[in-house]
Amino acid sequence: MKIIVCVKQVPDTSGKVSVKADGTLDRASMATITNPDDLNAVEAALTLKDQNPEAKIIVITMGPAPAEGMLRELLAMGCDEAVLVSGREFGGSDTFATSQILAGAIAHIGLEDDDIILCGRQAIDGDTAQVGPQIAEKLNLPQVSYVSELQVEGKTITCRRALEDGYMTIKVSTPCLLTCIKELNEPRYMSVSGVMEAWNKPYTVFDFETLKDEPLIELDTIGLKGSPTNVYKSFTPPQKGGCTMMPGADKESCRQLVDTLAAKHII
Amino acid sequence: MTEFKNTEISEFSGVWVFCEQRAGSLMPTDFELMSEGRKLADELGCELAGVLLGDDVDGIAKELGGYGADKVYVCNSPLLKHYTTDAYAKVFCDLVVEKKPEIVLIGATNIGRDLGPRCAARLHTGLTADCTHLDVNMEKYVEFLAANSTMDLSKQNLDMADRNLKMTRPAFGGHLMASIICPRFRPCMSTVRPGVMKRAEFDQAKADACVIEHPAFELSEADIHTEVVEVVKAAKQLVDLTGAEVVVAVGRGISKDVEKGLALAEELAALLGGVVGGSRAAIDAGWLTADHQVGQTGKTVHAKIYVALGISGAIQHMAGMQDSECIIAVNKNEGAPIFEAASYGICGDLFSVTPMLIEAIAATKAEKAAV
Amino acid sequence: MDFRLTKEQEMLQKLFRDFAQNEVKPLAAEVDENEMFPAETVKKMAKLGMLGIYFPKEYGGAGADVLSYVLCVEELSKVCGTTGVIVSAHTSLCAAPIYENGTEEQKQKYLPKLCKGEWLGAFGLTEPGAGTDAQGQQTVAVKNENGDWVLNGSKIFITNAGYADVFIIIAVTGTVLDKKGRKSKEISAFIVERNDPGFKVGKHEMKMGIRGSSTCELIFEDCVIPADRLLGKQGKGFAIAMKTLDGGRIGIAAQALGLGEGAVEEAVNYTKERVQFGKRISAFQNTQFQLADMHTRMEAAKYLVYSAAYKKQTGQPYSPDAAMAKLFASEAASDVTRRAVQLFGGYGYTREYPVERMMRDAKITEIYEGTSEVQRMVISAAMGVK
Repeated sequence: MKIIVCVKQVPDTSGKVSVKADGTLDRASMATITNPDDLNAVEAALTLKDQNPEAKIIVITMGPAPAEGMLRELLAMGCDEAVLVSGREFGGSDTFATSQILAGAIAHIGLEDDDIILCGRQAIDGDTAQVGPQIAEKLNLPQVSYVSELQVEGKTITCRRALEDGYMTIKVSTPCLLTCIKELNEPRYMSVSGVMEAWNKPYTVFDFETLKDEPLIELDTIGLKGSPTNVYKSFTPPQKGGCTMMPGADKESCRQLVDTLAAKHII
Repeated sequence: MTEFKNTEISEFSGVWVFCEQRAGSLMPTDFELMSEGRKLADELGCELAGVLLGDDVDGIAKELGGYGADKVYVCNSPLLKHYTTDAYAKVFCDLVVEKKPEIVLIGATNIGRDLGPRCAARLHTGLTADCTHLDVNMEKYVEFLAANSTMDLSKQNLDMADRNLKMTRPAFGGHLMASIICPRFRPCMSTVRPGVMKRAEFDQAKADACVIEHPAFELSEADIHTEVVEVVKAAKQLVDLTGAEVVVAVGRGISKDVEKGLALAEELAALLGGVVGGSRAAIDAGWLTADHQVGQTGKTVHAKIYVALGISGAIQHMAGMQDSECIIAVNKNEGAPIFEAASYGICGDLFSVTPMLIEAIAATKAEKAAV
Repeated sequence: MDFRLTKEQEMLQKLFRDFAQNEVKPLAAEVDENEMFPAETVKKMAKLGMLGIYFPKEYGGAGADVLSYVLCVEELSKVCGTTGVIVSAHTSLCAAPIYENGTEEQKQKYLPKLCKGEWLGAFGLTEPGAGTDAQGQQTVAVKNENGDWVLNGSKIFITNAGYADVFIIIAVTGTVLDKKGRKSKEISAFIVERNDPGFKVGKHEMKMGIRGSSTCELIFEDCVIPADRLLGKQGKGFAIAMKTLDGGRIGIAAQALGLGEGAVEEAVNYTKERVQFGKRISAFQNTQFQLADMHTRMEAAKYLVYSAAYKKQTGQPYSPDAAMAKLFASEAASDVTRRAVQLFGGYGYTREYPVERMMRDAKITEIYEGTSEVQRMVISAAMGVK
């Protein structure tokens, strides 16, 4: 049994974010992290491996060379192998293009009957939640997104799929693709011995040459130029202003604020 | 696999809205999207159609006409009773392939965000997620940019004849806005954030005039590879933040005494007839459940009064509340970004300020009642 | 010279930092306030391999190095001095002497359990009458007719005592003549287990700082332990104790380093937020100069500590290096934490902010595992100054 986990390295938008004068993100100034939902997918894979030590976990990401650091951390958490899909030709891909490339890379690794593909629900840089389902479509696999609980018995997986107003319980057979949400689990830490092993585990780079003949990848719809969607304009929202600061934090100030609100018929 | 890779763009026409139903009831998003779709269809001079999949759902279709649909395609089957990716994607994609709409809008609900990408990949077209603003007409788009960006429009070289759908969405947790186009493929697909588009006034005459069509479709059990064992509605009453007129939201600032902080927020919310929400920090810490979250990854609110207690105002959070009419912020830190979005600010400890606010509001209300 | 951490050390530093921030920091105030030994945290650290960092895998260790262990104690101590010393005492004062002096059987029996955190370790040298003067030992161990050792006496101020399962105990086993023919005590080291008959843990000390650390008295009343619990050769106990303390000082130096660095971080964050006279207090030159001095002292301490760890790892003599690292880091930590409180003003004196705790925690690093005065003796002796 293989568990392939798709992950992404993202800028840490919870910290300080700086935008360059041209309206694009100043990535160089920001720390990078493993996308949070993807860590839930990794943890789900590790939990399954705890139950079935025979299972092999392969983490795969598409990104520039420094994404190796993230992959090594995931190996230190207990994943078995890592694959970095990296090439100038892949850069600037939208979700459609990215899912083609990742699906091609997964096909290159090879999928068997009892394999599972796990993704995070969405990445915090784009918040699209599209790559998971699109990989499933390209590989012609059933998908369950928003998985908040998970049980595997043989080739049958029972998932709880979160809805805004409740949940669905869904059964699906391997091979299949699941996208994981925060409620699924609490990602573990790396371990000290895991860190010591992380550089000795199999680590492979798939470049353009490796994947260019994969039938799932159309060479004219990948990368910045080939992607179906393009950024037409990107811009920063204007700062709102005009906050009236109350003179203090005392009774008088509170009273004054409430009077103002009442006078304006807000309350 | 069906796809549109080599189909001429000019062959596509019409605006479609995927109308989501759960347990036989339409979702509020359907009306929002239909209202928005109407504007786009008018600008393009084309038809607006809804697509409604379910089991015996004819009865709810006409209502969509009241928000602008010229036509609703209804596909009924026991296999479409509950949402499954496989069945819905097959029926919807087959219909798109047959009718070739130019624009497809889908609500960015947990279901829409499952169906949308699957269909876009199958149809060989682009999809833009979680859009908060849509434009076809360039003049309207320029107006939108003028009001909502820091961009110097005089330096932009814009093609005013452009008729591509410009799909605007927040990125990087709301730090950036991006307008996305899909110039080479059709349909232009977009999932639209619930609660953002304004719902039009319901028009009974339009509802009566709406055409219900039952297109032929093929679907068998063999097409569906997942089994829905059960669908459970949350027993607990979820907070309806999106529709709330008053929201009192708490953030990391209540960490000193979470219980008391929440109690104060609830008391204030009850007094103002509103509900309690929270920032991502408050949800991540487990102080409130996920349905309370306001922000980029939570709900977008358009409250009349939005009170932020101990919320620093990460842009992530602001993305979900800055369009509220009156924002009142209480924060210890004078430099907290929340004050930049607020209408009124009090720099102080929420644990001492909130009770004084409650007292003052109660007194004002009592005075008014006496009058 | 290459002052960079290896890629493994860098990743471990991130692991320790994440763990400290997420698991240790939220409990630190409560640990201090309620004198709460963070037992759950210890379990979590055990699971991640943080209790046997530099021991080989064959003994259940994680196979990392001494500097990685220093990084661990440093990161923990940045947010909680108590948690830092728990790891330090366990590793340096119990697992290390067994690894360095134990028989193969002793190593096989104790190290895997200690490294995996199934057992926690402690070290008993100090007695009411034998603090800095370690020769003043009163605890005795006598061989009985079965060849077992019988221990009598007591130890005080023993870190981890209330929760430890394995104790390294230093005791007097007889009298020998020194080179000048004077009588002196023969001192040996033993491994005592928590459930050994006649052994009990006594009174718990109420302390100024590191209040969550369990500091107790150990009492031996005809405590009988088998012959194979002798650690190292009979009569080598004093040498073992001194060598153990050399290693321990690196751990305490790392604790001091972390406490000081933690206080600098807190002070930097606070002074950037706090507004007085209409501007952030970080904009005042006094604040800037204070912070610059504080940071410089901690950076200097860091390289002394890291260099001592590197020397130990590479088998070089490191006793004076460990002494200098501890002397400098502990005095720097006391100074820096005190200055941090001053920068915080009135708030710094309250328990709403962590700097007063850091100041209380830092003081002990100048005292235990050899006072600053003892470190100066060690350093000057190594310089040949008599």
